[in-house]
Amino acid sequence: MSLPELWFILIAVLFIGFFFLEGFDFGVGMLTRLLAKNKDERTQLLTTIGPFWDANEVWLITAGGALFAAFPNWYATMFSGYYTLFVIFLLALIARGVAIEYIHHTETDKYLNLWHWCIAIGSFLSPFLLGMLFTSLIQGVPIDETMTMYGTFSDFVNAYSVVGGLAVVLLSLVHGLTYIGLRTTGPVHDRALSLLNKVYVVLFIGLVVFAALTYVSTDLFIVRPLATPILLGAVVLTTILGIIFANKRREGLAFTMSGLSIVFTVAMLFIGLFPRVMISTIDPAFNLTIDNAASGEYTLSVMTKVAVTLLPFVLGYQIWSYYVFRKRIHPKN
Amino acid sequence: MDVLLLARIQYAITTVFHFFFVPLSIGTIFLVAIMETLYVVKKKEIYLEMSKFWGKVFLLSFAIGVVTGILQEFQFGMNWSEYSRFMGDVFGAPLAVEALLAFFMESTFIGVWIFGRDKLPKWMIAASAWLVSIGTMLSALWILAANSFMQEPVGFEIIDGKAVLTDFMALLTNPQLLVEFPHTIFGALATGAFVVAGISAYNFMKKRHLDFFRKSFNMAMVVALISGFGIAFSGHDQAKHLMESQPMKMAASEGLWEDSEDPADWTLIADIDVENQENNWQIDIPYALSYLAYGKFEGAVPGMLSLQQEYEEKYGEGNYIPPVKTVFWSFRIMAGFGGLMVLISMLGLWYSYRRTIEQKTWFLKALVVSIAIPFIANTAGWIMTEIGRQPWTVMGYYTTAQSVSPNVTAGQVLFSTISFTSAYVILAIVMIYMTARVAKRGPYVEQITDENVDLLSKEAFKS
Repeated sequence: MSLPELWFILIAVLFIGFFFLEGFDFGVGMLTRLLAKNKDERTQLLTTIGPFWDANEVWLITAGGALFAAFPNWYATMFSGYYTLFVIFLLALIARGVAIEYIHHTETDKYLNLWHWCIAIGSFLSPFLLGMLFTSLIQGVPIDETMTMYGTFSDFVNAYSVVGGLAVVLLSLVHGLTYIGLRTTGPVHDRALSLLNKVYVVLFIGLVVFAALTYVSTDLFIVRPLATPILLGAVVLTTILGIIFANKRREGLAFTMSGLSIVFTVAMLFIGLFPRVMISTIDPAFNLTIDNAASGEYTLSVMTKVAVTLLPFVLGYQIWSYYVFRKRIHPKN
Repeated sequence: MDVLLLARIQYAITTVFHFFFVPLSIGTIFLVAIMETLYVVKKKEIYLEMSKFWGKVFLLSFAIGVVTGILQEFQFGMNWSEYSRFMGDVFGAPLAVEALLAFFMESTFIGVWIFGRDKLPKWMIAASAWLVSIGTMLSALWILAANSFMQEPVGFEIIDGKAVLTDFMALLTNPQLLVEFPHTIFGALATGAFVVAGISAYNFMKKRHLDFFRKSFNMAMVVALISGFGIAFSGHDQAKHLMESQPMKMAASEGLWEDSEDPADWTLIADIDVENQENNWQIDIPYALSYLAYGKFEGAVPGMLSLQQEYEEKYGEGNYIPPVKTVFWSFRIMAGFGGLMVLISMLGLWYSYRRTIEQKTWFLKALVVSIAIPFIANTAGWIMTEIGRQPWTVMGYYTTAQSVSPNVTAGQVLFSTISFTSAYVILAIVMIYMTARVAKRGPYVEQITDENVDLLSKEAFKS
């Protein structure tokens, strides 16, 4: 395996890790409005993600840093090309991140309410915009011979990308619900599991539409005639298993399944992209690929050593922190 | 307005705003970690109360530091795509290591530190606080390694018009980093210390929780004094190093147009005429510039005009003189307030030792106002560093004008600048308001649950 190939996989892993982890805290964030009925329940929900959400978000920051280091051209083209999308995404992340922390220092209902809305809206917009971004990436965008992307509004916002955005929102929502099922007791817990049935139906429809549009709007089925249908099938399978496990009150397995749905979805996008990293709609010759977008051999080999050394520690203490805070959060009183 | 100018304005606003909270976080968590350690060692409840109280100030600051930090990371690609292409091979690596090594550590152990108190033994909580503190400093190390490369490129080659890393260790042993890192860290520790001292002084005036705030105040002043000297010495090292790496920045920060005499006078203040490239008048202190530049009372310092000529021969036609007035005055503001911090901390420790601090109302008031000093000095220092490097983003290799994204329009940047700036203003107001409320309530107030108090009413401000 060449170093650019390895780094493509690592970046895919970082994004998969991000969507898996932050996925459930995006879901919990949205559910503070959709599921919780009062202040105490909202607090109960937020407590489940309290010790983790910040570190979960670092997966995205690390993915961004790794993109910059390993594929500077990918980083430069994508971030400048999707400028406005990233501006709104950043505002959503800012609102959400500050609100989750500042809500601890707030007492009056008026301001609690304000922060809760920031959390809910931020937690909806962030996965939605990222879903749009990734869907748009596999659709292809106008990239010229200087690797510069001159996108227009319809390059980011079209039927397919909106469905893609909603799919990621729904995946996060389901993942949040199974997480709440796993991490709480009391009324929210029961309500989460019953809401799960309904959201799963919507997700299922969403995924079918998404799969159909993927067939129409991308070349994923052509370039990966095997992997794409298999992974889509795996998403459908984990979705069905998720419903079954949730209804059998096997919360750990239900959470695993909702997580796997996310893993397979994101993996499908990255496998479909490979070895391209950004697809040009102007001319395939202008595609950004793992070779023309990558850093030099030396940088990649140093980065590999650093990552191989540090990642075990990072994973170790993150898993340890999940172990420390493994107990379910009970309702107040 | 053109894209370049707007992008620069947005970058400046974001960075300055971000860097209010970074040093405050580094400084406060360091003190909090000391308090947690004392709680483990001395087993006195008061240290736990101190850690919890000052921990609140840290968390309020850290949250904003984190979210604006993500913006910082994305901004390179968004607004400076050409810079990212040119520099990614070198610049991306420290950024990625920063995330892997520092951000994961900070964010995970902040969770453990806040939420783990009733689940884990005391020493593990103290250890978590230290890991957060070390994380914040490691983060500073890597981002400053990246910044130092921009000031003084090392360990690379230009291949096909791009900077390509050839020696990773050279990034970490960059002479610029060795002076920039301690200077920044001491500045950050002083920032945390001055905030703790100012809030303590406020409570001395109110004559509340005297024991609690005495301990906090003394700890803060010791850190402030040590940091103050650290800032001064590392600052001097940095000035000496500038003579080798960026003499133009040095000359601009001194308003020195012509080459100096030997020994060189230091200009205290001057009326700079940028258009005619001269100073209308100036007040000089003999020998001082030689000392600043070389650490001895001899040696001439080259002026901007001869450096301009030298650079034109080296890099071709162009204006290589940075905005002189900005660099000149920001240096004076930084150094002046830096000196003031040393004086204030000496005075604070002296009064505290004499046990008269609580009666010195004028000094307590001054301490409250002094909370602003480190923030001003930090900002001025970075303005000098970054504006003084202009017109370059990577000194000698890549200019700011070359760096900007070609596909982002002025309208887009205007939209983002307005949006981000509005967000910063709101965040700043909320953060200052909440920190002030923490300060006013003191450590022993349980959370008030009276839901009828309007936070913006007069009653709310009394407490």
